[in-house]
Amino acid sequence: MIRFILIQNRAGKTRLAKWYMQFDDDEKQKLIEEVHAVVTVRDAKHTNFVEFRNFKIIYRRYAGLYFCICVDVNDNNLAYLEAIHNFVEVLNEYFHNVCELDLVFNFYKASESPASHVQTRTVASRRGRPLPSLRSGLHGRGRDVPGRRDPRDQPDEGAETVADAAVPGVRAANPPPPP
Amino acid sequence: LPARERNGMRFNCLFPAFSSPGKSKEAEIKRINKELANIRSKFKGDKALDGYSKKKYVCKLLFIFLLGHDIDFGHMEAVNLLSSNKYTEKQIGYLFISVLVNSNSELIRLINNAIKNDLASRNPTFMCLALHCIANVGSREMGEAFAADIPRILVAGDSMDSVKQSAALCLLRLYKASPDLVPMGEWTARVVHLLNDQHMGVVTAAVSLITCLCKKNPDDFKTCISLAVSRLSRIVSSASTDLQDYTYYFVPAPWLSVKLLRLLQCYPPPEDAAVKGRLVECLETVLNKAQEPPKSKKVQHSNAKNAILFETISLIIHYDSEPNLLVRACNQLGQFLQHRETNLRYLALESMCTLASSEFSHEAVKTHIDTVINALKTERDVSVRQRAADLLYAMCDRSNAKQIVSEMLRYLETADYAIREEIVLKVAILAEKYAVDYSWYVDTILNLIRIAGDYVSEEVWYRVLQIVTNRDDVQGYAAKTVFEALQAPACHENMVKVGGYILGEFGNLIAGDPRSSPPVQFSLLHSKFHLCSVATRALLLSTYIKFINLFPETKATIQGVLRAGSQLRNADVELQQRAVEYLTLSSVASTDVLATVLEEMPPFPERESSILAKLKRKKGPGAGSALDDGRRDPSSNDINGGVEPTPSTVVSPRGWAIGAWGPPGATPSHLLLRTPSELGCREPPGGRLLRRPSYQGGNGDSSPPPPPRFVCKNNGVLFENQLLQIGVKSEFRQNLGRMYLFYGNKTSVQFQNFSPTVVHPGDLQTHILPLAVQTKRVAAQVDGGAQVQQVLNIECLRDFLTPPLLSVRFRYGGAPQSLTLKLPVTINKFFQPTEMAAQDFFQRWKQLSLPQQEAQKIFKANHPMDAEVTKAKLLGFGSALLDNVDPNPENFVGAGIIQTKALQVGCLLRLEPNAQAQMYRLTLRTSKEPVSRHLCELLAQQF
Repeated sequence: MIRFILIQNRAGKTRLAKWYMQFDDDEKQKLIEEVHAVVTVRDAKHTNFVEFRNFKIIYRRYAGLYFCICVDVNDNNLAYLEAIHNFVEVLNEYFHNVCELDLVFNFYKASESPASHVQTRTVASRRGRPLPSLRSGLHGRGRDVPGRRDPRDQPDEGAETVADAAVPGVRAANPPPPP
Repeated sequence: LPARERNGMRFNCLFPAFSSPGKSKEAEIKRINKELANIRSKFKGDKALDGYSKKKYVCKLLFIFLLGHDIDFGHMEAVNLLSSNKYTEKQIGYLFISVLVNSNSELIRLINNAIKNDLASRNPTFMCLALHCIANVGSREMGEAFAADIPRILVAGDSMDSVKQSAALCLLRLYKASPDLVPMGEWTARVVHLLNDQHMGVVTAAVSLITCLCKKNPDDFKTCISLAVSRLSRIVSSASTDLQDYTYYFVPAPWLSVKLLRLLQCYPPPEDAAVKGRLVECLETVLNKAQEPPKSKKVQHSNAKNAILFETISLIIHYDSEPNLLVRACNQLGQFLQHRETNLRYLALESMCTLASSEFSHEAVKTHIDTVINALKTERDVSVRQRAADLLYAMCDRSNAKQIVSEMLRYLETADYAIREEIVLKVAILAEKYAVDYSWYVDTILNLIRIAGDYVSEEVWYRVLQIVTNRDDVQGYAAKTVFEALQAPACHENMVKVGGYILGEFGNLIAGDPRSSPPVQFSLLHSKFHLCSVATRALLLSTYIKFINLFPETKATIQGVLRAGSQLRNADVELQQRAVEYLTLSSVASTDVLATVLEEMPPFPERESSILAKLKRKKGPGAGSALDDGRRDPSSNDINGGVEPTPSTVVSPRGWAIGAWGPPGATPSHLLLRTPSELGCREPPGGRLLRRPSYQGGNGDSSPPPPPRFVCKNNGVLFENQLLQIGVKSEFRQNLGRMYLFYGNKTSVQFQNFSPTVVHPGDLQTHILPLAVQTKRVAAQVDGGAQVQQVLNIECLRDFLTPPLLSVRFRYGGAPQSLTLKLPVTINKFFQPTEMAAQDFFQRWKQLSLPQQEAQKIFKANHPMDAEVTKAKLLGFGSALLDNVDPNPENFVGAGIIQTKALQVGCLLRLEPNAQAQMYRLTLRTSKEPVSRHLCELLAQQF
């Protein structure tokens, strides 16, 4: 079961946060900082899975953004790892070469998609835009922590597109033949 | 789907300030305040806003909120947007509601109304938006308003696929939040049939829902097995192009496959032979596909494929009945152990850990020992190394114990600090469990202390002492080895502790050798004395007094040491007391008395290794899974005489421990000798709890009545049934309290997903704030016979009436269990007794003379009326008992103050027993009306 989803940049600014457990704001802030500390020190040769408290974080890095999903330890790691990638592909298709700033300014679109893609895991949107909704499971105030406060801090990073990310094939994937 | 405006708004246009870098924070705040003023005036203006502007401004507010500024208006406009007919307007309205409106807002009625309208609208897009809003808010109130409607939408014949999908997920969300609100009914049968749906999205959502629901009522959903199997078989056998949109890098519907395999793990193997055959065929196909050359070089392809493979292996392990498949799974994982992808090596190690505990595959796992040892040495990622250490631990048995233990010891020298303690525990356990001869065991533990002394917790060295004490044949060797170890110029303090204890008990066994004659032993130990902490020095003092008994010739020297000013006038009370008592004992007592008092310790009662308990506490999943089920190694009657799954307790070496080392709650026994009370009280309270006769009578899982028996006492058994026992031990001081909960697994099967949580019913939320400091520490798995401990820190902020609830959920053999108990926290726990004279008492009594300040109750005695028992109960209740206040000596009068953070409530009470009528009259006066009534009720139940 997913406990929370975080998208952070290298500097630790949160670009998207979704909580599926009840936390108060201080606890959320603490988790965000801890996740950032755990994930950013790892190098590319390491696994994409880190134990975190009594949970596990499955993460993947795209350009300057870390996509992290916190799940139970006995969940299927690879399925979540690919769910992240699937989500990024969807974002990429939706925003046409998605970059960090898209997530900042189009928060109202981006915030809709992760849960739908992670929870139902449909590769629904190959042909078009992602189904706009299906945010089941989001709860509490989706308020982003102060990390989000200033999108201007990282203009250079924001300009990098996610598509040029470390994991190849975000855009040039081999899509299945159209129906 | 209706046509929508694409990119209706661009925020960097709306907010130019944010897209141009280089502006200061002040400028941002200024800009935002200006914008807020503008929006406010637009909303307040006379001119009615059109939908677009309303949407635009609400969206701006949302953006400002997400930037971290507070928003205190615009809610009404957002609610208005809900009734718009335009998708984008509605969507922004719902987003604002989900993020910014909390459940107790007065707008909630309007919102619920809008949601109701949308749910009834038959417009699938609007229905979806409404469903998402319900799920996003997910509060109890939402559940109360809509939980009954959603199943109807879910199974209605005319619902669109996307609506069904949303409805299923929404229901899942509500069910997870408050299971009691979702009514079960005939719809459940129809949900199962959604597994046959044409639309894969619906199927995926339905699988998630069923997986969650079936944990509670496995029988209601049993029919899903065959449906899931046939669905799975269709996916697995389909060509990579069959499922079109649901094919991910040539893998057909990977996520759905994984979910179906997970659903099947909720049940035992299918009984129907045809279904089972089909399933086994599926599992074989997946294993076969793993051997085929990949269809794509992309990592996504192999990840998706392997996700299914690992889930398949989990299912095979879960069934644990197909030796053929188990061995194939093991071989497959063996290939992954050497794969160049770190992820795969990691997952293979993790999966193999569970395979090792199956009797069918244990031998197959053991063949990979060299690869695993190599991984332990060479992997760059610490989490992979840790998995390797786990696997070594799991695959260990008598045949390879020496090799594995020595490898782990070697690894320990370079291991990361983060995992050292765990490795130390594991080595200690393996050494004990599989020791062929005890000298090897003693050597191993002393090596542990030498290599990683800082990480050797007290459980480990307690344990070696227990074992040495219990085994006659190893005592001489232990004394000799420890004596040699102590001769190292620098040795760890734990070594000094072990050495002190062992020489104090068994030093006589090596005293014959002139190299380790009594004076040499003493001076060796005493040379370490000044470098040690207080706890160790206290232990050494005990060693010295034991020496006086063992070796009368050292008496003069030792008395000299004890008499030294640095001991007799030591600033530390414990040391001073020991020095004074021992000195007196040695000079006053006759040799006979001395010999009796200082006799060798009797053997410790055998019970589960305290180290094992510690490891389980430390690390729930994966730990000890192979070792403690005993299935694999039934002939283990070695050192420990076979580990019986008895309630675990941490046992400190009796008579030697001072309070500071003992486990939390251990009886602090500063006088280190074998006093009768100590012999009578061998177990620390944590252990005794579990032996107590059950008060509960072991009734079912239903939540028992509130525990009035805890009103007057703090310790005892809170709950017990056939599976689980919950003991509680608590202490309160002023407005603070600490509660230890002990969960004992009474079965021999592991509990999974064990999660105790503390919840507060409504009004309590603001009043009492139990901070479950170690809630996270409670392992998700509780092994058979094991006990886990949870600590709750409680602070009483205000007076309260209802206690918090403890909700415990876990899975026992696949079947989910849950129970809800009231925590034994009542307002009187925060009582501070107050002594006062009769005069004061009456003065205060008169001050509290308003009718609402008094609560009185006249009731019949339920128990024999015994003055002493009553007295004890009143004291346990927390008040002071005042003598000579009431003219009638039969009556009881008490006084106390209830301490909360916000206020203190003075409280006076009077209890008048009438022995003839077997009645009591209880009168309470406090400065707060509800407190008087509540206390009166609580106390009245006790007599």
